[in-house]
Formats: sequence, structure tokens, C-alpha cells
Amino acid sequence: MLAFQILLPAILNGLATGAVYALVALGLTLIYGVLHIVNFAHGSLLMLALYGVYFLYTLLGIDPYLALPVLVPAMFALGYALQRTVIAKASHGREENILLVTLGLSIVIDNLALYLWSADTRTINPSYAFETVDFGVAFIAVPKAVSFAGALVITGLLWLLIHRTDLGTAIRALARERQGAELVGIDVDHIYAVSFGIGIACLGAAACLLLPSYYAHPGVGESFVVIAFTIVVLGGMGSFAGALVGGFVIGLTESLGGLFLGENLGKIGVFAIFIAILLFRPTGLFGQRA
Amino acid sequence: MLEVTGVTKRFGGLTAVAEASLEARSGEITALIGPNGAGKTTLFGIVAGFIPADRGSVRFAGEEIRGVPPHRLARRGLVRTFQIVQPFAGLSVRENIAVGCQLRQASRSAALAEAEDVARRVGMAELIDRPVGALTIAGRKRLELARALATRPRLLLLDEVMAGLNPREIAEMVPLIRAIRDSGVTLLLTEHVMQAVMSLAERVYVLNDGRIIAEGRPAEIVTDARVIEAYLGHGAAERLRGRLAFGAARA
Amino acid sequence: MKTPGLLAAAVVLALAPLPLLVHSDFWLHFAIMTLYFGLLGQAWNLLGGYGGQRSFGHAAFFGTGAYATAVLQLDLGVNPWICLVLAGIFGAAVGALVGALSFRYGLRGSYFALVTLAFAEVFRIVADSVPFTGAGVGLQIPLRQAAANFQFHEKAGFYAVILALTAIATALAWWIEHSRFGADLVAVRENEDAARALGIDVNRTKLWAMVLSGGLSGFAGSFYTQYFLYLDPRIAYGVEVSVTALLVPLIGGLGTVLGPLMGAVTLRGLNEVSGIVTGGAPGLNLMLYGALLIVILAFLPEGLVGLGPRLRRARLAGRFRHA
Repeated sequence: MLAFQILLPAILNGLATGAVYALVALGLTLIYGVLHIVNFAHGSLLMLALYGVYFLYTLLGIDPYLALPVLVPAMFALGYALQRTVIAKASHGREENILLVTLGLSIVIDNLALYLWSADTRTINPSYAFETVDFGVAFIAVPKAVSFAGALVITGLLWLLIHRTDLGTAIRALARERQGAELVGIDVDHIYAVSFGIGIACLGAAACLLLPSYYAHPGVGESFVVIAFTIVVLGGMGSFAGALVGGFVIGLTESLGGLFLGENLGKIGVFAIFIAILLFRPTGLFGQRA
Repeated sequence: MLEVTGVTKRFGGLTAVAEASLEARSGEITALIGPNGAGKTTLFGIVAGFIPADRGSVRFAGEEIRGVPPHRLARRGLVRTFQIVQPFAGLSVRENIAVGCQLRQASRSAALAEAEDVARRVGMAELIDRPVGALTIAGRKRLELARALATRPRLLLLDEVMAGLNPREIAEMVPLIRAIRDSGVTLLLTEHVMQAVMSLAERVYVLNDGRIIAEGRPAEIVTDARVIEAYLGHGAAERLRGRLAFGAARA
Repeated sequence: MKTPGLLAAAVVLALAPLPLLVHSDFWLHFAIMTLYFGLLGQAWNLLGGYGGQRSFGHAAFFGTGAYATAVLQLDLGVNPWICLVLAGIFGAAVGALVGALSFRYGLRGSYFALVTLAFAEVFRIVADSVPFTGAGVGLQIPLRQAAANFQFHEKAGFYAVILALTAIATALAWWIEHSRFGADLVAVRENEDAARALGIDVNRTKLWAMVLSGGLSGFAGSFYTQYFLYLDPRIAYGVEVSVTALLVPLIGGLGTVLGPLMGAVTLRGLNEVSGIVTGGAPGLNLMLYGALLIVILAFLPEGLVGLGPRLRRARLAGRFRHA
């Protein structure tokens, strides 16, 4: 058995990453739960948000954590606009076409990024990047600790939004019963777009928390999409708790898998879990009938 | 021809069908009725192989068919229609029916040709080459019937075939179903439209809350107190009888 | 509306004498790539257009055929023509594997798309990691131009091969439109439960469609390897192949015989134009694909094949308005 000193940080790192993964997955599961859309563009939009945080830092000197109030609304607006204009219009509401539209979007966004910003990996180096927090038994990098805490806080806020506000009630109503919601006067198109926007806003938050310990690169979208889907499918499409638990499970799997098996095989590990879940338990651990 | 014995099906905490037993005798029209939510569709789904039963037995032509998938049941001569009609969109009436014919015909061209005969049997011959999108609801119901007939079934399960039809269309459908029975097909139908049940069925089973609460000839079950209460609520039978007696006394 | 066999055959035959008329390498390459797109598109169309099972990971079958061709001839000295046949078989086998797993567990729609995507990615990562595929560096086929070696000095040779392969694929599509199997497949696409109730073994039908689709994709992969003589995991199993495979029939018309061919010409043409306009900047080509996908879905979901009827309907509507 590996030394405790190596294992514990790996676990802590896994949890920290897992919290951010959960945030990303929450956006995806919200979008699926309400709109029944499998949003292939989720990873690409996260990538876009990462570049957003990057440029806010390098061009305007805004610290990533302070960029939250800028980026989250911006991503919300982007998500709202995308759903209202591109996705709803191009798919004509047909589910099988929505899938293709989001696929198309992801390709456009990924390659636009490649064209505009090239394949260079962009990182930032804020002053706290290498400072650590001492837990007594282990150290954890400040950015990781902040991202863990931040992700949990934002997840909590999201939960409050969905379960304690009128907007949240409308969203939940629409998710459960579209016609009924329409009948009581809920503006379906608007709420759909709002839900999508919230899902994408989660990506804005995740990007702010992620960049100090991660990087921006056009290929980031592709990596995250699988992770996000695996978490959502693992936890159950449309399940809030599932996304949270799933996020931690995958974060830990990746961290410990990478520790024991190396990076490439670690990646296959996530895919293998993904395929296995799809085959054997597509409703996930918490989800309802697909 | 069909013997359902003690079939039970639970969905989570809800018991949809409990110890249901019925029999569809060869060459007869048997009806399964009951209020909404009684479990008719579930029972149908179980017999037709779409839903697995938790307990019980379903015997078709003497053989146990629980667990046999729908496509194999069709091959053996047990075919169902759907309450919400499911035509193959984008195809013509002929092409739709031909899919059913293909079960028994080796070649596609023979199937396409036979489709016309089947269409004629259900009175759709003039619509044979129209796209199914152009059909009215009555037309689609007929198509559903035609497609099932095309497979040359021995037992035909009709799931609320009258639903959505106006009185005239119902009046047209009834003799059609009788003709199907006369041609040698055994029929089991679930229905809400009582006039159809009364004029067609030789035997009726009543399902309520997943249980068979009555069986018999149409005239018998219509006066059965339990059946009346199932539809109209507790005490309704008493009240009806009371009112009838009162009315008779006054006359 | 079904495509008359005569029309399909005429189209293919008309293309046959092209190398005799055209001697420019540029145009021959264009024609070859167009037919290659057509082959890939026909392959996807069998499963996704006629069968309604939209795979987002056709690269899994393509790449396997491509790598099979490369590895078998490099490591085992198998004649490339035999590799072509084997590539088709391997592609079909992978199709059967993915299909058996997916359909056995009832995956449809988005879940099916996701699983096929995942399989393609797994293949890519594996190819990127194992030595016998050359890992990330890829494989290079040595230049040994001889007809017997499935390498041609003149492009006309390659043209003949790809025309033959695409003709086979087109013939298969035509057969699907007129056969029992095809009718079953379309029924499954439109309504699985109804198909089941009428005696169609839905899983087996879908599985066969995957086998045929995978096999044709394997052929496409094999051709690619021989034409370009270089292969790496991204080329073989990357997203570009999967997207091309679905975009071609989508543009031309899903579930039609000539749709993939029309889509191939269009996509290839756009490729060339965008290459000239943008000067081959990285990512622009794929970006165009993505944008095109969205535009087609928005404005022409039935594809180019549906353009004629659509214009006719529009004109009719206009006529009534003026009346």
C-alpha cells in the first residue's frame, strides 16, 4: 500500500477536482433535466469560458476569482442566446436534431478557438498559485482549496436557486410537465433559455475556479465533455445529487487512477466507466427512467 | 386459445395487475374493460410480450409464452395493435401494410402486392398509395388493423381500437371487426366504447385496480353491481337500483 | 420516394470514364476524394439514414479498417488488396461488437450516439498508446507503386478503385430501398415497438445494419491508408472522420441513394473553396463543417435531395397566396 503521505494528497486533490467537475456536470444535468438536451457543446463552452478568464486576467488584470461576477453573467447571456437563437431554431424542436446541432456548435467553437488562439497552452501565474494550505497531515495548493470551497458554495447557491425561488419552481415545473407548465402561464421558450443559460453560467463559474490550477487550450473541451457526460450518466441524467456525488467519484477515480496507472490508461478508465454505465445502468445511480 | 392465469405485475410500489386471469376462446371475441387506470394496458402489454410479468402464466395455443419477445409471438400468430396509433411515417399505406405481409411472404414484391388485398379487406383500397400522413384518425386506426391482419394472426389483440372515432366511424368499425372474427381470427380487445363492446363481445372481463372483478356475457356484466361500482363509485349500484325501483313505483 | 435503379446506375456509369477525359491531377484528386466521401457517407447512411441509428463514432470502424490495412501489410506482409478485404471484415466486426453491446442494452438516440462516440475515443486512445499502431507517431506505408500492391503511379488507378467501392456502397443502398431487409430497417427507424409487434427482430435488423455500415467504413479506411500512405490515431479515430461521415448524407439527404453522393460533392467543393479563401488555416475546415451542420439542420433538414420538393411547395404556397 502506498504511503499515506502520497495517498492523502491524491485523495484531497481528487476531491478538489471533483468539486469543480461536479459544477460542470451540474450544468449539464440541469440542461438535460429541463430541456432533455444532451448538450455536446458543454465542454467547448467551458473551454471558451477558460479563455474568457484567461484574457480577463492577461488583458485587464482581473484575478480569476474576482472575475466570477463578470464571467458568470456573461456565460449566462451566451447560453441564453444560444438556446433561444441557434439551438431552438436549427433543430425545429426535434430531439434527434438537437443532438446534431449541439455537436455542430461544439465543432465550431473548438475550431474557432484553434483558429483565433492557436494550439498554445495558456496558463496564468497568479501570486498564490504555488502557495499551499496546511492541513496538518497534508498540504494542498491554494487554488485547489479555493476551487473546492468555491464549487461547493456555488453548488449550494444553485440548489437554493432551483428549490427556493419562483424561477426555480418554474424551471422544475417545466422539467416535469411541459404542457402543464404552459397551461399555468409559464413562458416555455424563455424558461428553457434561462435554464440553458444557468447551465452555461455554471461553466463560467467553473472556469474561474479552474484556471489558476489548470490551463486554456482549444482541446480542453473534448476532454471535459467525456468527463462531464460520465459524471452525469453515472449520477443519473437530471439528478442534482447524482452530479455532485458523481463529480467526486470521477475526480477521485482520475486522481487515484493517474497515481496508480498513469495518465493515458487513466483516461481510458473514465471512458470504460462511461461505456459500462451506459450499458448496464443508464439511469445512473440516482436518475429516473431515461 | 389464450389462457392468462394469475398474472401479477408491480411497478415499484404500485401493483398494476394482481392475480388477473382470463381466457380468450378460439374464434370468439373477448373484451377486457375497466375504468381508467385499471391496468388494462399493462395486462395487454404482458400478454403481447412487451412487459414482463412478475408472476403468473400466459398460455397461447397451449404453450407458455411468458418471456417470449413480441416479434416471435407475432411469428406464432399473436399480434397486437396500439392504442396510440403508430404508423410508419413517411411511407405509403401499401408500404406500411407490406411490412406486416413480409412476415409471411418471402419476397418484397409479393408483400407489396398482398398489401392491396389486405387494404381491401379493411376498406382502404382507394387509399393504398397515399402517404400515411394524409390519413385521418379513422384511417390510421384502419391501417393499424390492416397491418396487424397482414401478419395472418391467429389471435389479434386490439388496444382501444375505437378510441378517437366518432359514432359513424365506430358503426363502420364494428362490422369490420366482426368480419375479422368470422374469417377465423380470435380477438381480444380492450375498449372504453361500451356500444362496441356490447355489440361485439361474446365474453367480457372487467378489470378494476388490477383485479378481475367480473366476467360473463355483456348483458350479465352490465348489471353486475361490482362493475357498476367500479365505474360509478361505491354505493352507485344501490342508488341506481333504488332509483329504478322508485321510478317503477311511480309509473 | 425511391430512387430508380436506372438513375443510380446511370450516375455511377457516367462517372466511370472520367480519367479518360480529365488528365489534371488536381481534378482527379478532387474526384477521388469526392467518391471517398461518398463511400463514407453511404456507409453512415445505411445505419443512420435508413436505420435511424445516428452514430457519432463511425471513426471506430473506419480507423480499424485503416489500421488493419497498415499493420497487416507492414508487420505481416499481407498483400494490400487482401488487406482491403480484411479491412472490410474488421470494420464489420467492430460494427457487430458495438452494435451487439448497444442494442442488447437497448441504447437509442442520444445514448447510442454517446456510446459510439465513446468507443471511437477509446480506440483512439488505445491506438495512441500501443506500439504496434506506432502510437502517437503513426504509421507510414513505404512507397512501392504497383497495381499488385494497391498503389498506383497514376491517379486513375485509385480512381477506379474508389469508384468501384462507392458503386458497391451505392448499390447496397439501392438494394436496401427495395428489399425486405430495407423495409424492416425503415420500419425499425420509424417505430421500433410497432415493428416488433409485426414480427421484426429489431435488434437483429439493427445489428446487420451496423455490420454493413462498419464493413463499408472499413473499406473507406483501407482506401485512405493506401492513397495517403500515412496514418495516425487522430486521422484514423478522430472526430473529423465521424463528423464527415454524418455530414455527407445529412447535406445530401438522409435515407436516400443519391443523397450521400450529392453531399459528397457539395462538401468536397466547399472544402476546396474554403481552402482557397482561408489559406488552409488550422481549424477553419472543421469549423466550416460544424457551421454547415447547423445551417443544413436549420434550413434544409431533408438535405439537397429535398430541395426540389421544397421549392415546389414554396412555389405552390405562393401561388395560392396570390389567387
